[in-house]
Amino acid sequence: MSAKVLLVDDEKDFLDIMVERMRARGMDVSTATSAHDALELVKTEPYDAVIMDFLMPEMDGFSALKMVKESQPDLSVILLTANVTEEKRIEAIKLGALDVLEKPADLTILTQKIEEARALNDK
Amino acid sequence: MGWKPQIITETGLQFFGRISSSISHELKNVLAIVNENAGLLEDLTLMADRGQPIDPARLKKMAEAVKKQIGRADEILKNMNLFAHSSDEAVADVDLHQTIELVRALTARFAAMRSVTVDLQLPTSSLKIRTAPFFLINLLCLCLDFSMTASGDEKRVELVVAETENSVQIQFQRLAGLTEELLESFPSNREKNLLTVLAADLKTEHGDDAMVLRLSKNIYTEISR
Repeated sequence: MSAKVLLVDDEKDFLDIMVERMRARGMDVSTATSAHDALELVKTEPYDAVIMDFLMPEMDGFSALKMVKESQPDLSVILLTANVTEEKRIEAIKLGALDVLEKPADLTILTQKIEEARALNDK
Repeated sequence: MGWKPQIITETGLQFFGRISSSISHELKNVLAIVNENAGLLEDLTLMADRGQPIDPARLKKMAEAVKKQIGRADEILKNMNLFAHSSDEAVADVDLHQTIELVRALTARFAAMRSVTVDLQLPTSSLKIRTAPFFLINLLCLCLDFSMTASGDEKRVELVVAETENSVQIQFQRLAGLTEELLESFPSNREKNLLTVLAADLKTEHGDDAMVLRLSKNIYTEISR
């Protein structure tokens, strides 16, 4: 069965190209352009992983991460960001993020993280 | 001396850091899209090696996507260059239209993060003032940033520029969320120091839904008065 992934980013051009590449790798990908939309989707859809931009309009990555984790504690969240400090990375991991990857990201590494999330779900 | 050089240096450095960080963030977002297009090209090449033909229309679309991001990066770097050169001279003749457009561009990410739209109403004729360019950009960005917060639920700020005999007034309008509480922290010592350096004044009144920044047309004339 293919990995079911929610990709959240306010950059539509980025979402479009990522979706194309991830689907070509057999993933079942949905998208959201805001953290609010993402929070609604995770309540109704069983995702293997959520890949979320750190800086988005209205709600920052930490707040969104906290809310996702409150709603779905077992859901794996991978944060994807243009810039991240070590302090922020540590804080995100403490809040329950599976990992924090920096843009431009390597899709091979991202795919490995998604597989890691699936393995955690299967436990 | 009415202002503290140490504070103004600190404020300037903090501002330079904040803008540089925002620019680097924007450029990394551009690179991320270019990177994914390069990755897709690799994917298509691998598929072609296995005998699956590449659709020329798909390649054209990718080229257009990359060109779009190059145009975006070019715009970001042009603004970064203008901003960097604002510290070339302590005092210079400044084109106010260009400066306000630059301020809007430099704060575009901050506006986007808060879903705020910034509209400009500039006079049709060119408007030049003699001032400290770097500190002017710093003060305008701080005022605009505060205005975004004070725009409340309307999420729209309007900058209206008007000229008087000796000064230029920049009104930050539609501040529907401007409260006494917000005005307790603004202008802070940071803004007050910049106002002193620029021989400018700022009128913020709760109930007006607006804030007025008055800039001297020539800071030398104003300081010698």
